[in-house]
Amino acid sequence: MKKLSVLGAILLLCFSLAGCSGGSGEGETADNGVVKVYNWGEYIDEEVIDMFEEETGIEVIYDTFETNEEMYPIIEAGGVAYDVVCPSDYMIEKMIANDLLQEINFDNIPNMEYISESIMEGSKAFDPENKYSVPYTFGTLGILYNTTLVDDPVNSWSILWDEKYAGEIIMYNSVRDLFVAPLELLGYSINTTDDQELAQAKDMLLEQKPLLQRYVMDQIKDIMISESAALAMCYSGEVLQLQEANPNLAYVVPNEGSNFFIDSWVIPANAENKENAEAWLNFLNRPDIALKNFEYITYSTPNTGAQELMDEELLSNPAVFPGDDILSNCEVFYSLGTEGDEKYNELWLEIKDYTAQ
Amino acid sequence: MKWTRKLLAGPYLIWMAGFILIPLGLIFYYGLTDSSGAFTLENIMAITDPQRANSLWRALKLALISTVICLAAAYPLAMILKRIAKNRSSLIVFIFVLPMWMNFLLRTMAWQVLLDRNGVINNVLGFFHLPRLNIINTQTAIIFGMVYNFLPFMVLPLYNVLMKIGNDVVEAAYDLGATKVQTFFHVILPLSVPGIISGITMVFVPALTTFVISNLLGGGMILLIGNVIEQEFTFTSNWHLGSGLSLVLMVFILISMALIAKYDKEGEGGAF
Repeated sequence: MKKLSVLGAILLLCFSLAGCSGGSGEGETADNGVVKVYNWGEYIDEEVIDMFEEETGIEVIYDTFETNEEMYPIIEAGGVAYDVVCPSDYMIEKMIANDLLQEINFDNIPNMEYISESIMEGSKAFDPENKYSVPYTFGTLGILYNTTLVDDPVNSWSILWDEKYAGEIIMYNSVRDLFVAPLELLGYSINTTDDQELAQAKDMLLEQKPLLQRYVMDQIKDIMISESAALAMCYSGEVLQLQEANPNLAYVVPNEGSNFFIDSWVIPANAENKENAEAWLNFLNRPDIALKNFEYITYSTPNTGAQELMDEELLSNPAVFPGDDILSNCEVFYSLGTEGDEKYNELWLEIKDYTAQ
Repeated sequence: MKWTRKLLAGPYLIWMAGFILIPLGLIFYYGLTDSSGAFTLENIMAITDPQRANSLWRALKLALISTVICLAAAYPLAMILKRIAKNRSSLIVFIFVLPMWMNFLLRTMAWQVLLDRNGVINNVLGFFHLPRLNIINTQTAIIFGMVYNFLPFMVLPLYNVLMKIGNDVVEAAYDLGATKVQTFFHVILPLSVPGIISGITMVFVPALTTFVISNLLGGGMILLIGNVIEQEFTFTSNWHLGSGLSLVLMVFILISMALIAKYDKEGEGGAF
């Protein structure tokens, strides 16, 4: 028996490792059925869920994911029939290509009128006829830096290769984001799968590795707030919160251009409550609700109704609302297919395996 | 009587089937097939790719070093615990186990805060004008994290097995003229082998497979086999390759289980 309890303890440890995932809606009586929502973690003001349940009588079953890649196989396997999901641009393209989505009936979503024209235009990169997706948030990838630790002007990705800042630089621990910097510097597309172009970018990243403090994801926030590093790759949606915690932080989208992303709601092909999903989308696009969500998650909202309710200072912050000149210089990620993903993964292995010492 | 006993084991058997056997079967299925469902050994042979092989050796090296450090630290501690009074030693064991009630991730993140460049330890060192400690994001930091997190798994089986060695056995050795050193090497050490083996496997296996510690304390700069597998699941969504590599790791786990079965026949090395 002893060994069994040891095994049990180890299992428990493993489970605490696995972290948390999602909760479900409150246990109200569901008069009007349910809607199963699958969203990024920390990507909604949870009060909005309660408000929706109260107003519509539809029970919300709410689950979260951490990465697009983690979400995709779950939708593909179809074990849980989610009604509405919020992936990023390139993943939506992949889902459309693999017939995992169904067309949205926009007659049920009158609040679509509030969505900004330029974002609908941008969405055509992955949803050419605007038939499958309702934009939720958008943003840019740029450089977050500490104005007291960096005295050079920051306007180019090349500062991430400056030996002066050795040990003060942080890059994202995700391969597509990581490659944006060298590919933009080399003047190539961030969606390239050309072996030679990728090899050049990889060499730059190998050259950069000794200057880096680390590759991380979410910890960038803590590290930059505590001033343990001077420069970091960062998505614009994080910037408002970070600046509130440490006013010395500034954000810039480098001149060479960068990645511009849109996270949009889509309805999977196997959804069982399509109309409830559309009610959910209509609710989220009501200006006051969109504003409430924006204030919580701080990723830019494409909802012009919500934008009208914001103050000037917020609207002029380039991290919150990049101007059209910046956006036109940025590129959306495309899905690269299994072959492309594997190519990037091999390069990532090579970079991670490399030690300069 | 017999059937009621079997009935009591029911919940555990269901648990075992649902959370151990079925997942294990899935890993075998995915690991031995390609995306079209045809049988292949390619996912397993992928370990021979230089980067993946490097990450496996690196993980083996760090896990081995951590295990040796754990053993070197835990054995004397278990000996001390054996010597002091039972009620006091169980208090010390309790203190040892206490941090394990906290989430593993949180404890590892706490180490990150401690070891960071502007972290607690460096602030204290700086206050006394001592040289700074720059081990965060190195293999040393990962070893630190492994030893810290897995030390209780070494202490408990050793403590258990040492407590069971009767004082009369030790006294008999002295009566027959053995010195303290001779008693240790000829009596105590051989009798504690089951605990040592069980401790080694319980530290070595999780240390070998970890990816959280290398991500948090290695700053993502050091690639271990656990990170390679994690990437297959989270980035390429290639469950087949990820499972195939997991099967390779399973070989090491099976070796450990075989060792336990060989040396620890009576389950004496159990931790709890």
